Amino acid sequence: MNQTLLKEFQEKVGRENVFADKADMLTYSYDAAVLDPVLPDLAVRPENSEALGHVVRLCNENRLPLTVRGAGTNLSGGTIPVSGGVVLLTNGLSRILEINEADMYAVVQPGVVTAEFAAAVAEKGLFYPPDPGSQAVSTLGGNVAENAGGLRGLKYGVTQDYVMGIQFFDVNGELVKTGSRTVKCATGYNLTGLMVGSEGTLGVFDEIILKLIPPPAHHKAMMAVFDKMDNASETVAAIIARHIIPATLEFMDNFTIRAVEAYSNVGLPTDAAAMLLIETDGHPAQVEEEAEKVENICRQMGATSVRVAKDASERDSVWAARRSALSALAKLKPTLVLEDATVPRSKIPLMVRALEDIAEKYNLSIGTFGHAGDGNLHPTILTDRRDKAEWERVETAIETIFDKALALGGTLSGEHGTGIAKSPFLEKETSKATLFYSRKVKKALDPNNILNPGKIIGN
Amino acid sequence: MSDMKALANLMRELEDQLVVCMRCGMCQAVCPVFAETGRESDVARGKLALLDGLMQEMFKQPEGVNERLNKCLLCGSCSANCPSGVNVLEIFIKARAILTDYTGLSPAKKIILRGMLARPELFDRLTEWGAKFQKYFTKPANEIVGTSCARISPPFIGDRHFRTLAENPFHKVLPSLDTKPGKSGLRVAFYVGCLLDKIFPHVAQAVVDVLNHHEVGIFMPSDQGCCGIPAIASGDTKTFYELIRHNMEKFEAQKFDYLITSCATCTSTIKKIWPMMTRHESGDIRDKAEALAKKTLDITQFLVSEVGVRTENADSGETRDGIRITYHDPCHLKKSLGISSEPRTLLQSNSDYCFEEMPEADRCCGLGGSFNLHYYDISTDIGKRKRDNILSADCSAVAAGCPACMIQLSDVLSKGGDQISVRHPVEIYAEKVRKQ
Repeated sequence: MNQTLLKEFQEKVGRENVFADKADMLTYSYDAAVLDPVLPDLAVRPENSEALGHVVRLCNENRLPLTVRGAGTNLSGGTIPVSGGVVLLTNGLSRILEINEADMYAVVQPGVVTAEFAAAVAEKGLFYPPDPGSQAVSTLGGNVAENAGGLRGLKYGVTQDYVMGIQFFDVNGELVKTGSRTVKCATGYNLTGLMVGSEGTLGVFDEIILKLIPPPAHHKAMMAVFDKMDNASETVAAIIARHIIPATLEFMDNFTIRAVEAYSNVGLPTDAAAMLLIETDGHPAQVEEEAEKVENICRQMGATSVRVAKDASERDSVWAARRSALSALAKLKPTLVLEDATVPRSKIPLMVRALEDIAEKYNLSIGTFGHAGDGNLHPTILTDRRDKAEWERVETAIETIFDKALALGGTLSGEHGTGIAKSPFLEKETSKATLFYSRKVKKALDPNNILNPGKIIGN
Repeated sequence: MSDMKALANLMRELEDQLVVCMRCGMCQAVCPVFAETGRESDVARGKLALLDGLMQEMFKQPEGVNERLNKCLLCGSCSANCPSGVNVLEIFIKARAILTDYTGLSPAKKIILRGMLARPELFDRLTEWGAKFQKYFTKPANEIVGTSCARISPPFIGDRHFRTLAENPFHKVLPSLDTKPGKSGLRVAFYVGCLLDKIFPHVAQAVVDVLNHHEVGIFMPSDQGCCGIPAIASGDTKTFYELIRHNMEKFEAQKFDYLITSCATCTSTIKKIWPMMTRHESGDIRDKAEALAKKTLDITQFLVSEVGVRTENADSGETRDGIRITYHDPCHLKKSLGISSEPRTLLQSNSDYCFEEMPEADRCCGLGGSFNLHYYDISTDIGKRKRDNILSADCSAVAAGCPACMIQLSDVLSKGGDQISVRHPVEIYAEKVRKQ
């Protein structure tokens, strides 16, 4: 990068907020996806809207690729600067601008950490439901850009269901406003919808308006154990088919149960084929009624035991087991590939069976857990990327998983985004015309292709 | 073979541990340095990526990586919170050793570590002289906290408020001990540690008083050396091994049931780092380190689990009238060794005190040994958050089971003008037994 341009960035965002050392560049070359790192040329950290707009404009004027980075917890490579250029850090823009209790919305800058926001909202007696696994560090800007999900997706929806409006910079550094602070808004194009999940390819978020809801008054959690995998997955489909929507309906296979038990000794039944962890919430009367129905369905479907949490500490222990699933699996092998192919809920039994077959066929360790209630399973492949032969089998297995999910009417990604990990497969899920249409939108809004180039729709 | 290639080969020793990091980034949630700076190179994930970069020969010079690697408190918050169980401390300490071997020790560190620390007797003499002359350069800053500050602002001291060197270091008060066990039937070796000896001798005295009260036999050899943490944290393996050999000669494991210290950092160094750094050494030193590590206990843990000290009137409400005291969890006790209830038990064992929990009690205080010298501003900002948490507990005293934390707490509280004393849990318990 030439010195004049470097100086210009320094003037706009402050000398202390511009990084160009190779060592720093290496630390902005990766995210949480199992992909090769690519070094950017520069990283900048604007601390206000004005500086943010300047950075976008400067990048466009100088044809510099621009990749926005929150906490870098992306699982599809969306924050890897594959074309080099500038990485824009949002952690200098981390203020909650407003929590409006009367109208139940909040306005935030993109760098606010999800869990910190949820806690601030809870302190005001309100509730922000999206809870992606990385919420302790992930940013709201990143959540919106990836349309992140979480454990509560089944009943409460995902990030897109809570975005009321966005103020963002277009590629020229001009401020665009979409959506509003009102519950209803029917003016203009629904650009909010376009921006959610756009992974930084169409604009750069400046402020986000988020919907808040009243928290549920009551919770009830239970753990159902099955000695046949099919019984567990068919129970998931049965609960939904009876039109009961628990807040959370999580699945763990035997491989995951054994890993969690070895790791945390919480007394899980290691001989169980699968477990369901279920929580209903809402008005106390409704919660009790639903919980009873769910318990009955579990028993009818062949659960060998159903344990209902009697108090808060039992409820915590149910969820502690689920929360430690990823950690427990991660400790088994150096490389962990967390997939999130998603199918219609009635197809969960078929998908679970297919995953077992795939693990066997490619001779791989796959632990499957996840948000079964919304069809979003997390087959987790444990491997060592340095083992070339095994890694090739892993890549083939991933493609097979994608194919199976699509064959069942599902999608490649429930909540991790397309990024570069899944962009080669996008056409498979959609159509040539869809990709062409998307590329035309991108071309029109970002003619120089500087906004996170290569992501979602490829190059 | 180029130099960087040679370095890459050395780094390969860490490869199996480096690949465990899956770059999930969860360490960002707990790293105290990252919370202040927001820079990826300050958090474990970034540093692990940099070490990986050295191994892949991505750099022509090691300095950039070395500088970033050293900007770390070694508090272990990342390790304690790591989903894939990356052994961050072991990797960082070994990497520092490899890089220091390669780049050489700075002249200042050479003087301090090899010239002073490695020679326990000389180090004692130098600090005794320092104690005599310090009054000409310092003035009292905060009576309650017990701090001083510099009359002029020399480099390294700056505007710090510090605990001065004790006029009578503990090795002068009580050069050595060798007593037989009484009714407890237990005999312990007391490893005093530099900070207790030279700055907090009254805490060391409290340990001896408490052990005498319970009729525990004490073996305390004279001329004890530093545990080696300042040396190994600077990558100086030569001084580190000299010091552990010196201490191993002083403390032969068969002479006592337990080795106790009242410094979280010394305990964790002896228990974790001595075996870690001698694991691949031959015979004697490895076996001795293993044996000592097994016998080493923090004083609070010893008193609670071996002597049976219990909380007094914990739920009777009587203690509510006492002196309000809160507790800061030193990283080297809680995150490294899992010790957090025992020091609280000691505080609740004395009914003159009323224990109050502070928010984020286990968040690092920000001292981190030489980190405080190199990055005083960041260290102070981290310390200020700790101060805010202490103030919110509305207490007149704060305890910490680590003299290094006590130094940092004293600095931030004193500079804030707070009237809060800084204590060690064993002092609180000693006050009780002295009355009996």
